Amino acid sequence: MIKIEHMSKNYGPYPAVIDISFEVLKGEIIGFLGPNGAGKTTTMRVVTGFTPPSDGDVTVGGYNVVSHSLEVRKHIGYLPETVPLYLDMTVTDYLRYMGEIRGMSSKWVKERLPKIIEMVRLGDYRNTLVGRLSKGYRQRTGIAQAILHDPEVLIMDEPTIGIDPIQVVETRELISDLGQEHTMLLSSHILPEVSAICKRVLVINDGRIVADDKPESLSDKLQTFERIELSITNDDNNNFISKMRNIPIVIDARSDQRASKIQRSQRENSVPYIVDAKPNSKASEIISKTIIENSWGLTNLTPLPMTLEEIFLELTTEEELGD
Amino acid sequence: MKFISIIALKEIRTYFASPMAYVVAAAFLAITGFFFVASVSDAFAEASIRGYLAGAVFFMIFMSPAITMRLIAEEQKLGTLELLLTSPLREFEVIIGKFIAAFFMIFIMILLSFFFILILFVYGDPDVGPILSGLLGLLLYASATLAVGLFSSALSSNQIVGLVVGSGILTALTIIDFISDRITGTAAKVLDSFQLGASFSVFDLDSLGVAEGGHFADFARGIISMTDIIYYISVTAIFLVLTTLVLESRRWR
Repeated sequence: MIKIEHMSKNYGPYPAVIDISFEVLKGEIIGFLGPNGAGKTTTMRVVTGFTPPSDGDVTVGGYNVVSHSLEVRKHIGYLPETVPLYLDMTVTDYLRYMGEIRGMSSKWVKERLPKIIEMVRLGDYRNTLVGRLSKGYRQRTGIAQAILHDPEVLIMDEPTIGIDPIQVVETRELISDLGQEHTMLLSSHILPEVSAICKRVLVINDGRIVADDKPESLSDKLQTFERIELSITNDDNNNFISKMRNIPIVIDARSDQRASKIQRSQRENSVPYIVDAKPNSKASEIISKTIIENSWGLTNLTPLPMTLEEIFLELTTEEELGD
Repeated sequence: MKFISIIALKEIRTYFASPMAYVVAAAFLAITGFFFVASVSDAFAEASIRGYLAGAVFFMIFMSPAITMRLIAEEQKLGTLELLLTSPLREFEVIIGKFIAAFFMIFIMILLSFFFILILFVYGDPDVGPILSGLLGLLLYASATLAVGLFSSALSSNQIVGLVVGSGILTALTIIDFISDRITGTAAKVLDSFQLGASFSVFDLDSLGVAEGGHFADFARGIISMTDIIYYISVTAIFLVLTTLVLESRRWR
């Protein structure tokens, strides 16, 4: 649906995106992940036809974004990072106008508009001025605007930025629902969001794509250590940490400050620890064996997959070191 | 065409929803009213709208950029320009639509000032010709000033910058004769041909009319000349094209 081949974009002498290539298939939801200033917004602006690429080819639904810009725009619903709203219009008026400038007939607008307003749950605010809406409701209005003309491709730039946590959850649900019917490219610098919504993640840093994979396999590939959360009892001499560090496969062991605050009250004697071990080393087995040998009690042992947050940090810092 | 009218209607609705239009219209009527009264209140004064025209031509230097300053600058500030330009409509359709909306506003203001003319007909016996040609000239002049204002509004996301730049360009085009009066030969003639409206000699309290220089003078006297019409239409067209280029320029950056 979206095909980017060797695309670069410079702002004057400054390269914003350097030679990136990727493809988004029909029906795919792709998370576009990167720190601020990595080139996410620039890439999205190129795909929507707002700015042309300096080099390379970008097509949406087979149409080139430069030579067939108008065709491309008909197939795209776009939510820019700053939600573009006319503050002095009511929600209904704003959405009607947005439908009209996308060439929809007034009949189509009339039929589609109430459905869309219900879908993004703006029913109670349909006659409220956009300027009076809270951030979360403005975001919904922005999303409504993007899906109004039932586009095949949805491009959303940081859709949950700056809204309160409850509304973030609701907005994510809304986006997940939309993903079932649309091809979607969604940017974010919040990692759990991307892993919750997207089937595929592109990590971009300094204008280059540094990873392109499923959220799960991304963590498989990048796991440089296995992290294990565990709690033990009867460690009367407090030598758990030193014993652990003596095991060859263990990289580090430390007490889990955060978990200990919660756990202490529940199980008096149980002390939580975090152990980092080498990957694929059967760490859980070896560690539990050691615990039994020392006749400590094991109340909890959970191997943790690496979170996207850590992967992300890993990928982007590696890139920096590479330079 | 459809998109142009959608944009124009939206902008006109926005104008009437904000206090701006009413404030500007009130100021326009007050200023032109002052000039009109001053020009007809003497004994044996001429029953013409020359005073009104002088006031209108003068005030539009500030009023037109004030009307247009919001049109594009605000879209840039709100980010809605990104949305407009990623919708299936072309830059020029946006510009023309907005221009039409602004022209409609100024047209309404001129309509509102028709009671000056009514007063002339009630208390005097004015010559209809110069009134009609003067109003035609005023509409042409207004469209040129609005185009300049629209162009200035496209330059940045700051409305005040749009207002200042717009008024600056219009003032410069108005006081060209300050320079051309001091030189001679072809250069002076060329400069003179760029003179937008009346010179600031509207402040000459004795005549209180429209100055001799500039493309507006003939309209005020009742003469409709092709040169003047083409001049105003060209200025309008050039600045509308420039505005489109400013919006398109992000493609070259």
